[in-house]
Amino acid sequence: MTISEVQDKIIDEFSLFDDWMDKYNLLIDLGKELPVIDPKFKVKDFLIEGCQSKVWLHPDYDGKMITFTADSDAIITRGIVALLIKVFSNRTPEEIISTNLYFIEKIGLRQNLSPTRSNGLLSMVRQMKLYALAFNAKKQIELRYGSN
Amino acid sequence: MKDIAEIRADFPILNRKVYNKPLVYFDNGATTQKPQCVIDAVTEVYTTYNANIHRGVHFLSDMSSEAYENAREKVRSFINAGKREEVVFTSGTTGSINGIAFSFGERYIKPGDEIIISHLEHHANIVPWQMMCERKGAVLRVIPINNAGEIILEEYLKMLSSKTKLVSVTQVSNALGTVLPVNEIIAAAHSVNVPVLIDGAQGIQHGVVDMKTMDCDFYVFSSHKIYGPTGIGILYGKEKWLSELPPFQGGGDMVDKVTFEKTTYNELPFKFEAGTMNYPGAIGLARALDYVNSIGRENIAIMEKELLSYTTEKLSGINGLKIYGNSVRKISIISFLLKDIHQYDAGMILDKMGIAVRTGTHCSQPVMDRYGIDGTIRASICFYNTKEEIDTLATGIEKVISMFS
Repeated sequence: MTISEVQDKIIDEFSLFDDWMDKYNLLIDLGKELPVIDPKFKVKDFLIEGCQSKVWLHPDYDGKMITFTADSDAIITRGIVALLIKVFSNRTPEEIISTNLYFIEKIGLRQNLSPTRSNGLLSMVRQMKLYALAFNAKKQIELRYGSN
Repeated sequence: MKDIAEIRADFPILNRKVYNKPLVYFDNGATTQKPQCVIDAVTEVYTTYNANIHRGVHFLSDMSSEAYENAREKVRSFINAGKREEVVFTSGTTGSINGIAFSFGERYIKPGDEIIISHLEHHANIVPWQMMCERKGAVLRVIPINNAGEIILEEYLKMLSSKTKLVSVTQVSNALGTVLPVNEIIAAAHSVNVPVLIDGAQGIQHGVVDMKTMDCDFYVFSSHKIYGPTGIGILYGKEKWLSELPPFQGGGDMVDKVTFEKTTYNELPFKFEAGTMNYPGAIGLARALDYVNSIGRENIAIMEKELLSYTTEKLSGINGLKIYGNSVRKISIISFLLKDIHQYDAGMILDKMGIAVRTGTHCSQPVMDRYGIDGTIRASICFYNTKEEIDTLATGIEKVISMFS
């Protein structure tokens, strides 16, 4: 599936619910199901500090794909983190860089990503793109000059 | 006296819905809603007599200058200050404290001097003093608190010394609702000739505040927390201090004579009011104070006391809910956490039910650190809230608990 297809699938899933309570229950379930991050990455280096909730994000790049693992101390934030991981994890840096993120708005969670909601999510999206840019730059350099 | 339905009808916003549910507004500690008369007062300035103050000779300027000075007199009488010269308009509590921290630091503070604050302060009564201490090589001392969230008075008394140059404490903790023993704090400081600044941001709106009986040297508050417009606040200072202190901002209106060699300053209170002041805000504030007086400050205190005890009783009955701040002297604020539920999650769900509470550290990170927590959920009530709204909050909290368990 392409990134857009994953986003569309999430939008379909959420469109089943009219009631906000059901949406949040789904987010809570997603939050509970989020695979645990390796405790050694739950440290300051990987912390994105919001004023309300915290997010930890770790990237792993195998030369082709970036795999993200993440966590948050608040469950609703963790639910949204799980969605972002679905969209961005196991993707090439190019895919991540060129992705236009639209599903959050479409499922009615835009307020969670506004700059005034300092839950760390907006910074998390930025950080994912920054990792992709960095890994992409590293790849370009290796292609040009070799890995040594 | 007006009944609660009549009082609520004075505040148009209380009638609105959020997410199709009636708004339940419990974030009054952050800002209060405005009665129609305050909204009208500000509109009236802009629609009928807007002109810059203290400047022109024209009709409108005279009218707005007079309204602005009448507002100052209204504030003076509301806090029972001795003279109108002692009442300075600022941008708010933060602006007032920053101003005093700067001017007092410039005039009196030397390396090694000490400033005393308490562990209950809002960041606005911490950071300006830290900045001043850094600039002047002074030391910031902090009065500790006990588990109930009360300051330990004996520790404060031990701290006072010949090095102490100023004490700056809040009247009421914005994070826990604790009422501080300001009279004792002031009396002890005065016994060793140390001036005291009282941060009235969470105090002024909940009862009678009287400068003569309180006898503090400086008292500061924000208009928007006492039903007035935002962007305007008060710095009260005893004349003997204000006349000795240098201005904290330079500009128009605060000067007497300006030449490139030397400038002399205007008389009090204008010395501290540089540039175009927020006169519509000041006029709106005056109207808000009239409104508060029309309800009666004693009545407000009684209503809010009853609401707080009802809230405390109601919330204490919820399994897994822990209240932070258990002082016997508390006003209008109740801070709590739900077992194993992040305050942000709880706040998001309450919001969807139309209930506005604040979550997080409430600009008082040291208080949170004291309890080893990241933040709390804070319900701050005021006289226009009702017991039914508190019931709605309690039901909302039960719902939150069931969703996350």
